[in-house]
Amino acid sequence: MPTSPSEPARPAAAAAVTATAAAVTAADAAPVDLAVVGAGPAGLAAAVTAAGLGLRVALLDAGERAGGQFYRHPAPGLGAARPEALHHGWAAFAAREAALRAHAAAGRIGHLAEHHVWTVVPDGDGWLLHAVAGHGPEERAAAVRARAVLIATGAYERQLPFPGWTLPGVVGAGGAQAMLKSGLVLPGRRVVVAGSGPLLLAVAGSLAAAGAGVPAVVEAAAYTGYARRAGVLLRNPRKLAEGAAYGGALLRHRVRLLTRYAVTEAHGTDRVEAVTVARLDRDWRPLPGTGRRIACDALAVGHGLLPQLELATGLGCATRRSADGAVALDLDAGQRTSVPGIWSAGETGGIGGADLALAEGEIAAHAIAGRPVPGALVRRRARLRAFADAMGAAHRPGGGWTGWLRDDTPVCRCEEVPAGLVREAVRDLGARDARTAKLLTRAGMGWCQGRMCGPAVAALAGEEPAADRRPLSCPVTLGRLAELRPAGGAPAGQAPAGEAPTGQAPAGQAPTRPPAAPPPRAGR
Amino acid sequence: MRSPRSLVGGAPAAEHTVRFDGRELPVQPGQSIAAVLWAAGILAWRTTRGTGAPRGAFCGIGACYDCLVTVNGRPNQRACLVPARPGDDVTTQEGTGHADLAV
Repeated sequence: MPTSPSEPARPAAAAAVTATAAAVTAADAAPVDLAVVGAGPAGLAAAVTAAGLGLRVALLDAGERAGGQFYRHPAPGLGAARPEALHHGWAAFAAREAALRAHAAAGRIGHLAEHHVWTVVPDGDGWLLHAVAGHGPEERAAAVRARAVLIATGAYERQLPFPGWTLPGVVGAGGAQAMLKSGLVLPGRRVVVAGSGPLLLAVAGSLAAAGAGVPAVVEAAAYTGYARRAGVLLRNPRKLAEGAAYGGALLRHRVRLLTRYAVTEAHGTDRVEAVTVARLDRDWRPLPGTGRRIACDALAVGHGLLPQLELATGLGCATRRSADGAVALDLDAGQRTSVPGIWSAGETGGIGGADLALAEGEIAAHAIAGRPVPGALVRRRARLRAFADAMGAAHRPGGGWTGWLRDDTPVCRCEEVPAGLVREAVRDLGARDARTAKLLTRAGMGWCQGRMCGPAVAALAGEEPAADRRPLSCPVTLGRLAELRPAGGAPAGQAPAGEAPTGQAPAGQAPTRPPAAPPPRAGR
Repeated sequence: MRSPRSLVGGAPAAEHTVRFDGRELPVQPGQSIAAVLWAAGILAWRTTRGTGAPRGAFCGIGACYDCLVTVNGRPNQRACLVPARPGDDVTTQEGTGHADLAV
């Protein structure tokens, strides 16, 4: 099947992709009409739709293969015959992935895989995107100029710490799913799945289908929260069917669903051997005397997702508080951020799942191309966004969860800062927000830059989590920073000669044609 | 018995190996270093700077940096992102991985 990404790309397409990639990577090249950051559902849908509307597109993505986290799939070398077995809604991806290949072969999209964009800066009347490409000794700088930018950077998992959460074998629920989808591996043979949100049901179903025993799914919220929004549910039959499918999979694999329960401790020395689960009150406070142990050799845990916003907030894009308590981008009907020329789609505008991300990516592409947005897309977005808000409200963490933190529980995994130290900074040193707590304790100053501990530190400091502020979205060497020239100068980050595998790409295939469409409208 | 492979079917291209702390581990082409280690039942390949506690993959998507490991002498590589290449020499990373600098 030509749409299967487990099959190696056809040689002609591969050559054109790399040739296009080289063409758009040269920072002094003519700007593309649109740079899309992130090749998950939103970015992929936006890129192929925009290319179909005549724009010349660069699609930059940190991953090796398009699809993002949701459509993560095994590398071709793994030879998976049925990658769709690990997925819900695979056909939607396969169609767009095939369109990406066709557009890339025709020179309309340059797909820059393994390019992690670390900052976006103004550049004349457009934008300059800086990326690090590749890994280890082959890591290099790259830059792309674009007239418009779509930020589709997706999300990462919201983590709430508990005693023992740093033990090996305790992994993110989304992390376990990602490792299974891309590497065909499991963290253990008996995996408890815990936290909150519909992702847990999908993860438990996948782990069980792949052979893991799942003694329990431990959900902190009560699913009765959905019942209060019955109208929204009824307008989303596909979502109900999806939920029923997950429920059916759990029944088939004899997985117990415990609602209004949480894992309040993981036990073990060198790796997790058991967890304690306890009943929660309505505010997620653990009820004394309700704890019991469940033996396991791994725990997959997560409490919903958080939009990945640092590129957008670095540009000054306005944010809002979404129903799940997270900070999301404030977007208009055309998916525009508050910064002219910067659009966004998918989880960055509020967690809502892949179907919503696909719709938003297509809406953004139309808006960027200056075309009217099809009404069906607008209606689909409204319906799915309403469902996402109902879901977000149902799974929003209750403030009582900090009741399961002990003073010696590490909150910041990177800097190994225990909860007691953060509490001391709040109680004795006057910290009233996560930033002050960070300056006093180092919580959030490590490698992950507060992505894992941010919600916890904010909760201990008594505030709602604030918008991400990370000038660099991934570690960048001092050498790369030194290569940057002052504003107004010629940009740095030239692709080295080795970037374009010219041995494979006949020179005649390098697409040098000018943009096939008028420049996109950048104003609001 | 069910397994990830039985779920997706097919077969990997020719397998190769990497070394982890001197031990040869099988690799299915395309797996990350973290996937290779999980497949071998290894969940920790780093010790922390402060308490020397064992750590391995956590977020699985390159966001948490808990899975840092030394690959071919180069520390601080994210095992969940870096593909395992034939003959890679992977070693447990202790602390910063820069003990040689004595800082």
